[in-house]
Amino acid sequence: MIWDPYYECMDPEQRAELQVRRLRETVARLNVSVPWYRDRFADRGIGPEDIKSLDDLRHLPFTTKDDLRDTYPFGLFAVPPEECVRIHASSGTTGKPIIGGYTREDINSVWAETIARTIACGGGTSHDVLHNAYGYGLFTGGLGLHYGGELMGCLVIPASGGNTERQLMLMEDLGSTILCCTPSYALTIADTAADLGIDPDRLKLKSGIFGAEVWSEGARESIEERLGLSAHDIYGLTEVIGPGVAGECEAKAGLHVFDDHFIPEIIDPDSGEPLPPGEAGELVFTCITKRAFPLIRFRTRDISRLQYGKCECGRTHPRMERITGRTDDMLIIRGVNVFPSQIEEVLLQIEEVEPHYQLVLTREGRLDNLEVQVEVSPAMFSDEVRKLEAIEEKIRERLSSSLGIRVGVKLVEPKSIERSIGKAKRVIDMREEA
Amino acid sequence: MTASDLLSKQVSVFLENKSGRLAEVCQALGRSEINIRALCIADTSDFGILRLIVDRPDEAVEVLQSAGFSVGSTGVLALRIPDRPGGLGEVLDRLQEVDVNVEYMYAFFITIAGDAVVLFKIDDAALDATLNVLDGAGIQVIPSDEVYRL
Repeated sequence: MIWDPYYECMDPEQRAELQVRRLRETVARLNVSVPWYRDRFADRGIGPEDIKSLDDLRHLPFTTKDDLRDTYPFGLFAVPPEECVRIHASSGTTGKPIIGGYTREDINSVWAETIARTIACGGGTSHDVLHNAYGYGLFTGGLGLHYGGELMGCLVIPASGGNTERQLMLMEDLGSTILCCTPSYALTIADTAADLGIDPDRLKLKSGIFGAEVWSEGARESIEERLGLSAHDIYGLTEVIGPGVAGECEAKAGLHVFDDHFIPEIIDPDSGEPLPPGEAGELVFTCITKRAFPLIRFRTRDISRLQYGKCECGRTHPRMERITGRTDDMLIIRGVNVFPSQIEEVLLQIEEVEPHYQLVLTREGRLDNLEVQVEVSPAMFSDEVRKLEAIEEKIRERLSSSLGIRVGVKLVEPKSIERSIGKAKRVIDMREEA
Repeated sequence: MTASDLLSKQVSVFLENKSGRLAEVCQALGRSEINIRALCIADTSDFGILRLIVDRPDEAVEVLQSAGFSVGSTGVLALRIPDRPGGLGEVLDRLQEVDVNVEYMYAFFITIAGDAVVLFKIDDAALDATLNVLDGAGIQVIPSDEVYRL
């Protein structure tokens, strides 16, 4: 089923006209309501009247994660915060998070709408029981899928994360047909089901909407086989709106970018120049329908490529390839975005700690494990085990509360972490592709 | 004799739990002709703390620091304990009576005239009380310069 055939199967030229009109309106609105954008438009001598075709997009300024940090919390809001009804947040590169604001219209007409399209891409209809195991809270996953599922008319089970055995009981008892969670959690659910002797046939799952992590074709096959469902990718980010920026249909030939709301571009990350269709580069999004927080040319740092042309499913949206990498050092650990700079900031606030540290990522079973190795400094050293353990515990607590994930801390000998000239090698990622 | 003469310098070394590190400490000391007289290791699953009594503690600290180890020096008391059943228990009872907490302890390999030599780490704040109770109980603390020569 296609949720909104009018927009999703629109003739590309007609859609381009719609995009230009919406882009011009957005630029006009930002020019009035967001001084930060007004200054940047003025610097480039560009105004809404200059936007005549999609090619003119390239004349608009980029927005980066650093810009969001500098304007935190409300500097890029296009409406007063009191006109918003919701805030979501994700990790920034330092202690302050990235926050996104939503008006009621943003949630109902843009976000829930694009999520409903994504659920439909995954074969969902109003008759489905949607088991939503994305975390509910500041993270966009839980509430995003929740509102989209309700808009579609699904019976939504707001399970959130954790307690896998109970999740399986609910899925079996309530007859869940669609599972929404991170791909690694889907594998955990499959493991737990196997441990409990629950055969996939006892579950009614037919489809899964999995995202917030980078995953592989191998992981897809494993999830599909072990849970007896068809696994679909979903893409999104808090800065743009959350999940539902793009979704994968049954053709599984890339994710449809809902570009009547979010115009995608692929640029050369070094020069900033747009790249021809089909070439790999950094994904950039411009929001053209949002009220509260419409970013212009937001640089995602995700590497992908775009393919244009009608899909066999009938949709005419461009399709983005599964994310293949990042242009920065962001890590995704258990679905949570983590920047090494966040970790460094926390460590430097602890007086005994010197800035010699290393991050080691491993996978234990299905779960990512982050170990922060910190060199023992003279100020930290004690001949008593409990004092060293107390420092370990202090580092662990501060990191865990700042990052929002459990972190292991290991004290290591001085100089044992490789010193390098220039950029230190801070991250050792030993996770095999899921 | 002051308390500082009675406190023997113990050299402590931070060790990651990985093979070969203990040997490297011993080799570094051996090359400098520093003799290990007593040792113990406290360990967790991640790391260990090697505690050493050596003949020349100040040099040992320098040698190990320049070999790249995290090294500390801590004062401990070397007590002569009668080498018979219940000997150590009696000393601990005395300390218990005045609420002195022993943070850790370990023994020398050798004995002095039939007495065992046991090293005690006492909280610094409780040091005077400890020395008093030991004195009252007739338990001999071996001065540090003698300890290094044991």
